[in-house]
Amino acid sequence: MDRTPRLVQGNQAIAAAAIYAGARFFAGYPITPSSEIAEECSKKLPKVGGMYMQMEDEIASVGAMVGAALTGSKAFTATSGPGFSLMQENIGMATIGEVPCVIINVQRSGPSTGLATKPSQSDLMQIKWGRHGDQAIIALAPASVAECFALTVKAFNLAEKFRTPVILAADEIVAHMRENFIEPLPGELEVIDRKKPSGPPAQYRPFEPSEDMVSPLAAYGSEYVFHITSSMCGPEGYSNNDPANATWKIKQLHEKIAMHRDEIVETKTFDADEAQLDILLIAFGGTTRVARAAALKLRQEGVKAGVLQLVTVWPFADLEVLKYGSKAKTVVIPEMNYSGQIADEVKRVLGPAADIRRVNKYNGEVITPQDILQVVKQSN
Amino acid sequence: MSFITGRKFINQEALPHMWCQGCGNGTVLSALARTFEQLKYTNEDTVVVTGIGCWGKADDYLTTNALHVTHGRALPFATGIKAAKPELHVVALMGDGDGTTIGGNHFIHSARRNIDITAIIVNNLNYGMTGGQFSATTPHDAITATTAFGNPERPFDVCALAEAAGANYVARTTIYNGRLLRSSIKDALTKKGFSLVEVISPCPTQFGRRNKINPAVEMLRSLRDKAVTKDVFDKLSAEEKDNHILIGSLVNKDAADFNTRYEEIRSKALQK
Repeated sequence: MDRTPRLVQGNQAIAAAAIYAGARFFAGYPITPSSEIAEECSKKLPKVGGMYMQMEDEIASVGAMVGAALTGSKAFTATSGPGFSLMQENIGMATIGEVPCVIINVQRSGPSTGLATKPSQSDLMQIKWGRHGDQAIIALAPASVAECFALTVKAFNLAEKFRTPVILAADEIVAHMRENFIEPLPGELEVIDRKKPSGPPAQYRPFEPSEDMVSPLAAYGSEYVFHITSSMCGPEGYSNNDPANATWKIKQLHEKIAMHRDEIVETKTFDADEAQLDILLIAFGGTTRVARAAALKLRQEGVKAGVLQLVTVWPFADLEVLKYGSKAKTVVIPEMNYSGQIADEVKRVLGPAADIRRVNKYNGEVITPQDILQVVKQSN
Repeated sequence: MSFITGRKFINQEALPHMWCQGCGNGTVLSALARTFEQLKYTNEDTVVVTGIGCWGKADDYLTTNALHVTHGRALPFATGIKAAKPELHVVALMGDGDGTTIGGNHFIHSARRNIDITAIIVNNLNYGMTGGQFSATTPHDAITATTAFGNPERPFDVCALAEAAGANYVARTTIYNGRLLRSSIKDALTKKGFSLVEVISPCPTQFGRRNKINPAVEMLRSLRDKAVTKDVFDKLSAEEKDNHILIGSLVNKDAADFNTRYEEIRSKALQK
């Protein structure tokens, strides 16, 4: 196999990684800056016995993805801004039905059509809370082409393991970035498949309570006959409006994510291991490397600066933010949104007394190291 | 020869069903279950997908695989199932609000794609479950919970829509025409490609009450009197046509279905 590095685009890496992870069904609707994922899938999936379906809109895309996932297939979709908004209701269906699937959201500017199709990191709260009804979600944010690949594989693994939709919160920066990349060989990265039922078919219940909060999922067309519903349902999958059942179900949907947080939450640090830091930059996605460049510049100037990268955005890395944030005099959060969606989370974790500085840019231009340094220098 | 009851496909534990007296849903459910039995379908090889609405509750009463989804979206979910596993029998049950109003876009594209799904739309001319508001099939001037002074909009001809969009099989019947209902469902299930059976059904609780067509049996008589086959319908004046229901098999052809066409794509992709 050719092991020479190739110049690969983030979106291409995402498509390749999905196939690597075993995905064989893509349903989507073209939208910049995610369209290359659809285009790649339309070429590659039919060659591996898979299917590319171009649906009439993003609502249908999520519907078809969930339908395919319930036949035992690993299924996914990719979109951006307006399309991600349209997807919300059916992502909720995947959540309550506990259907493993992956949604790639290449974040672009908004609201609405916004600065089409400039980069943004402003969908974090939509990813977390965009559906009606209280629910937990998993979201990962790649910072490079290599991470586009690795985190797409991880997104499928988490979706399969925990029977839940997982969002890959990419942004236009990483999606359209081209970097040298060598695709991992088969077996190099772990690939996880969902738990399947093994008992007598007559006794199978798709939402059987279990210790790890994740029940085996059968496939339509197998000997296991089952029912999945968007309504509140009991263990057998039929609608059930009993308050005690609803209490259990909502708790279970949250707890299955919370109790496995150590497997889900991934962070990376750069120069952040000293006992005390002057500056901790907390970054995610495409602006991570900007934060790293700023930290290196500060180091050259004798400032003890480090970076904490939130690879997993949701569930939030409370423990890691507390660990690294509490040893820094000042915490700086660069993010491409106005409201400081991640900065507010950091503030929740570190408390009102912490010196938290925000670097926000929301005009379609990428945050630069100079933008960060300017804010840092105001504080020192 | 044993009598076909369809009983083995009905989830006895969920009975009695939640539908009103005089509603046609039970009749359609029974016809569907009997046809499953007649065609020797099994719970394992069948998936019933339902949306939201009175008819969307049908999955609760069936023993087959089922997927009860969001309002208007039964067809996209059904599409994913059929596309990924073509050997399954996939049936989408929708009402007129679900299937042709909020889900109208999916309806025309499923027909255009000619995906091998059987759609059974029970058309009761209004949104029954939410209290009888008007839908895309409510007749002009009809009284509903949101058209107290008459409906200013015109209704869809659901069958003509499916035909124009490319469905392989289209039939309309009413719940009064029981034999046609059974035979249409059978033809739709056995047809490869997108099939539609539109079943005109009474909603005495909401539609009949507001439009002074009651009691429920009066709605049935009205269906009996209005339903005519094509030979009769074609001879009616335009005005008379508005007051009649064209029933029978309206489209029956054999264009290649989506999965067959996609197999060709796979072959071409492998050659490149």
